Amino acid sequence: MKKLINLPEQVVEDMLEGMVAAYPEYIRLVPELNIVVRKDAPMKGQVGLVSGGGSGHEPTHGGFVGKGMLTAACAGDVFTSPTPDQILAAIKEVDGGAGVLLVVKNYTGDIMNFEMAAELAEAEGIETASVVVNDDVAVEDSLYTQGRRGIAGTVFVHKIAGAKAQAGGTLDEVKEVAEKVIANVRSMGMALTPCIVPAAGKPTFTLAEDEIEIGMGIHGEPGTHREKIRTADEITEHLTKKVLEDLPFAEGDEVAVMINGLGATPLMELFVINKKVAKMLGERKISVVRTYVGEYMTSLEMAGASVTLLKLDQELKELLAAPADTPGFKQF
Amino acid sequence: MGLTVSELTDMIQAVGKVIEDNKAFLTELDSAIGDADHGINMAKGFHAVKEKLPTLADADAGTVLKTVGMTLVSTVGGASGPLYGTAFLRAGMKIGNKEELLAVDLDLGLVAALEGIKQRGRAEPGDKTIVDALQPAVMALKESLNAGKTATEALGAAVTAAEDGVEYTKGIIARKGRASYLGERSLGHQDPGATSTYLMLRTMQEFLARRT
Ligand SMILES: Nc1ncnc2c1ncn2[C@@H]1O[C@H](COP(=O)(O)OP(=O)(O)OP(=O)(O)O)[C@@H](O)[C@H]1O
Ligand SMILES: [Mg+2]
Repeated sequence: MKKLINLPEQVVEDMLEGMVAAYPEYIRLVPELNIVVRKDAPMKGQVGLVSGGGSGHEPTHGGFVGKGMLTAACAGDVFTSPTPDQILAAIKEVDGGAGVLLVVKNYTGDIMNFEMAAELAEAEGIETASVVVNDDVAVEDSLYTQGRRGIAGTVFVHKIAGAKAQAGGTLDEVKEVAEKVIANVRSMGMALTPCIVPAAGKPTFTLAEDEIEIGMGIHGEPGTHREKIRTADEITEHLTKKVLEDLPFAEGDEVAVMINGLGATPLMELFVINKKVAKMLGERKISVVRTYVGEYMTSLEMAGASVTLLKLDQELKELLAAPADTPGFKQF
Repeated sequence: MGLTVSELTDMIQAVGKVIEDNKAFLTELDSAIGDADHGINMAKGFHAVKEKLPTLADADAGTVLKTVGMTLVSTVGGASGPLYGTAFLRAGMKIGNKEELLAVDLDLGLVAALEGIKQRGRAEPGDKTIVDALQPAVMALKESLNAGKTATEALGAAVTAAEDGVEYTKGIIARKGRASYLGERSLGHQDPGATSTYLMLRTMQEFLARRT
């Protein structure tokens, strides 16, 4: 393992301290608890938006704390959900009297820890509501399994629910719009190389030099299959088709696009992917309202990318266009 | 069996040591069908427990167990934190302010632990989780106690049942937790959580056997 870290056990704390040192005008850190909080929180009368999960996905989650997005983010260890007391502390930090929405990604650990935190918050008289993001079409959606994972589409939930909260929406309204995003967002990714969790010291899986994994999750969970590397256009076509068919997206739809890099994929390649996505959408007469290309939901130093499409209606379009000012997502 | 609180504390420390010794093994199992952190998560939790237990010298059994649960919940994260945390919390709540544990408390505590895990994780037998080791173990313990066996003997039966449960997880497809993403590809691998449950029960049994 070759990494720019000090101690594996300390990497999350070190990162958060560095993040807060870089953006003191946006965020503050609750020491010991690894919570990044919007500097001016709690905002009186405004719904708080708390998300979080394992670390290693930067700028998710802490990088999206700020005006028009998250009010606080709980950082777990690398790829490990945060704990209930951490999440409870975040809820208390942001509670401005209007309730707190928890944005959870659909992983067993995250679900259980956020659920315990919500129970604890309720016991303390703070109203919370939760939404669970599950945009990854690589995984079969089934009642008998954990179901689909939450990946890059979560960033759209943060953005849009954050805009609704910023605009003074009630807890019910913020939850409702978050659910609308979840119902209309789909993603799929692929990996060229694995990543190494610092505490483990070695990759969780291996891929041959000429091999890729289609449908790979953001913690290195397996996807649908492995195959020999093909051209960017062929790979993008496969991912985008899966995403399109799932909702399904149809002629006349208006969408937002996110081409997300997993950590070690250069922007050059992400734009190559976007060229193909834009062409495919054009051919299907689906109009692109906004495109985001860059690193939003990474997986340490994994090479690879994901394609996310969000179907927009008038409300989502307006909320997506609303300003956001956070370390990792700025829109004016 | 008449287990004092100080013996209970020693037993929990022994469990922690076995978890620490098996950190790499459990992580290895999790790397086959999960995200390669089960051993790391559990060792971190029991390390915190090890630091915490000495502060509880005068506590009753229920308080010790509840504190272990809270410590696991607040340090482990992941899936196993809330699951094992809830297990210890529920066992502690059920057992309450006793100064000495009898065979019946072992039964009550383990039943409460199992119920807590099932409630928190919504897993049923056959989902390839902790439940596949713990449920048969709890049933075997009950059966043995009903048949008039000693606590140590009954726990021995529970360990055997848990071990069989771990073996059984090799042949089933995961339906809960990260491993469920693998579908068929989870076949042939034993479940890390079921394995840690087996190791914990085995350590408890060995502890009881050593003292009798
Ligand atoms: N719903 C559930 N009910 C019971 N046991 C479960 C459930 N989900 C997962 N498990 C158990 O948890 C074990 C994995 O624990 P682990 O500590 O690796 O957490 P994790 O799933 O990796 O969570 P995270 O990735 O958030 O750390 C599995 O082997 C399984 O036995
Ligand atoms: Mg794991």
